[in-house]
Amino acid sequence: MTHSALSIRNLSKTYTRPAVSDLNLEIKAGEFYALLGPNGAGKTTTLKMVAGLLQADKGDIHIFGHNAKTDPLGAKQITAWVPDEPMIYDRLTPLEYLEFVAGLWEVPGDLAAKHAEEILDTLGLEPHAHERCEGFSKGMRQKVALAGALIHDPKLIILDEPLTGLDAGSARMVKDVLLKRVDDGCTVILTTHILEVAERMAQRIGVIAEGRLVCEGTLAELRAANTTGKSGEQSLEEIFLDVVDRSKEQNQEVAA
Amino acid sequence: MSRTASYRWFAEHEFRLAWRDLYGMMSGNRPGRGKRIFIVSLIISLGLHLLAWAALKSTIAHGITSDVPTLLMVSGFLLLPVSLMASQAMESITRAFYTRSDLELILASPAPATKLFAVRMVAIALTTATLTLLVTAPAINVLALTDNAGWWFAYPVVFAFGMMATSFAILLTMGLFTIIGPSKTRLAAQIVAAVVGAGFVIGIQLVAIISIGSISRLQLLQSDFLLARAPEISSSWWLPAMGAMGDGVSAMTLFVIGVLVFAATLVMTAGSYGKVVLKAASIDLASGPKKQSKVAFRKMSAAAMLRRKEWKLLRRDKWLMSQTLMQLLYLIPPAFMLWHSFGQGSSMTMVIVPVIVMAAGQLAGGLSWLAISGEDAPELVTTAPVSAGQVVRAKVEAILISVSFVAAPLILAIALLSVHSALIAVVCVAASVISATAIQLWFKAQARRSNFRRRQTSSRVATMAEAFSSILWAGTAAIWIVGSWAAVIVALLVLAILAFTWWMSPARQSQMPMTDSI
Repeated sequence: MTHSALSIRNLSKTYTRPAVSDLNLEIKAGEFYALLGPNGAGKTTTLKMVAGLLQADKGDIHIFGHNAKTDPLGAKQITAWVPDEPMIYDRLTPLEYLEFVAGLWEVPGDLAAKHAEEILDTLGLEPHAHERCEGFSKGMRQKVALAGALIHDPKLIILDEPLTGLDAGSARMVKDVLLKRVDDGCTVILTTHILEVAERMAQRIGVIAEGRLVCEGTLAELRAANTTGKSGEQSLEEIFLDVVDRSKEQNQEVAA
Repeated sequence: MSRTASYRWFAEHEFRLAWRDLYGMMSGNRPGRGKRIFIVSLIISLGLHLLAWAALKSTIAHGITSDVPTLLMVSGFLLLPVSLMASQAMESITRAFYTRSDLELILASPAPATKLFAVRMVAIALTTATLTLLVTAPAINVLALTDNAGWWFAYPVVFAFGMMATSFAILLTMGLFTIIGPSKTRLAAQIVAAVVGAGFVIGIQLVAIISIGSISRLQLLQSDFLLARAPEISSSWWLPAMGAMGDGVSAMTLFVIGVLVFAATLVMTAGSYGKVVLKAASIDLASGPKKQSKVAFRKMSAAAMLRRKEWKLLRRDKWLMSQTLMQLLYLIPPAFMLWHSFGQGSSMTMVIVPVIVMAAGQLAGGLSWLAISGEDAPELVTTAPVSAGQVVRAKVEAILISVSFVAAPLILAIALLSVHSALIAVVCVAASVISATAIQLWFKAQARRSNFRRRQTSSRVATMAEAFSSILWAGTAAIWIVGSWAAVIVALLVLAILAFTWWMSPARQSQMPMTDSI
């Protein structure tokens, strides 16, 4: 039986107000999925629940068949999480950081060393491998965090706003690395406010607003579903803004 | 001249920031607590005055005269905080040089940096003196109200010492900056501050051990050894003590000297403040050391890797050394006493063991905060396929092993004097370390590692509980060595405090196992 890379059923989380409400999501193995939404829509909360950083109030999360609630270690073993603000150790070098992450995931030493060499080289971190991270720019730190996410060869990579603050060259490098991973069979889920990234890279796009998935599909499917009578092909930005506005109006009607 | 960028304008700006900072510290950053803080401060102040009165009433009843033994005692108590003031000022000055916060905004403006420097240094001098007065004011007030109103002159004396200590700290920090450069000064100044802070106390204790065979500073100040060496009553060495005891001329002379020394220091150094700050800023832009550290991707359990990471980070922590150095330095007198009293029987262990127990508890508290709350990559550790329990265990093991590394040699030395005392030391050190670590686990609050210096502000309950538990476990050890059953009562008191602390802790209040949040 083949499992979905990520299966979310009726997921809910409430802080002072509902952040995620009865969310259902199905992401296939080997897919590049972009989760979009306005600020405060519940994207990060959803992904944090998937990564095991937040406890859901209700609902189920399965990662390649592993129930994140009953088998958290099994789920974590095959998952990598890259937060928007790279959290790395200032007093470790990139190589030491990778050694630590590989140790946490218990990657065999020789394999980890080989992976580390490849990843540092791919991300252009090789010349800085022995420098402590304390003086690194945001882009460099983000690349170190991404390198950490790749060292254990995860089947699912979750990235929250991975391209924020990166220069054009670094952003390109990160995008290439992610596309290569997807080509190799890995599943990538990312949130981004840069709609062009989702438009160009993602195979499927989901839009979340006020904790609910309001539309989902390939770019062509989204265009087809969002016919507004305007001439010409709609950009993702136009679709996104229309969908979010409609969702807001519907919620206001329901509230009224 | 416009009002902006004047000394007064800068002073108002600094005062507002300092006041909000202080209020945030006292209220735990929760608004609307002003009335409560005022009432609690008043109660604490009254309590301290009562304590001071209880301690001084018999001395006052006997009458206080300006003879050499009294002057010696007053001088000792006045000089004791000076080294601490210099240490505190040095730490604040280092922070003023290296903390970026608003400096970039101010330095990018046309406002002169010299004015900002002068205002900040005055603020440091005032804060330093005020902190000392928080502790000494109750005694001064009680003496002034019950003995002689002239004791109020102790206030200008303390302020004079505050200004002189700050001047010394400015010159020392600037000197370090010139000699060893900006990148090394940040760490060196912290170490020197710790040494200066503990130096006078340790020095007095070492002199006390050598001269009178006791670690007590009070006994030394009253000893014939020191009285025989004290200067004549007419000597100007007694100026501070005479001033504090009510001689207005001596007090004001000292105050004027303090103001002149401080003003001269500012004139000499204020001009270079802008350059110093710019140089300090440039070190943050540079990458870390490029020394090739040995990295071996070898088979290791996740727990072993976690322990290894903690040790590596502790070893490389620039601030940890300075923050814990003072605690470690205070171990020097008991260690020296151990060596000095070798062969004189086991009675000395009653004094030494409690100091080790207390120091170990406080060291464990600091290390625990760094490992537990100061985890710089919490999301990485949480998303790793390692159970929360395993993570906590590995961190606690790393702390216990680190503290053992410091305490074990001293306990071994005690064992050579008395095996019984050494066993008590082992039990009480373990209890003190486990208590401090548990408190940090219960009060875990995610923070940047670099906020270590201000870890006490995150929870007053945790800070007080940590201090009380290490002090009371030290007390338990002392009473146990004497062989009294009262040790059990003190131990039960610590356990009660720990139970209360747990009851107050976020770990219990969230009704979640503490390990879930790691």
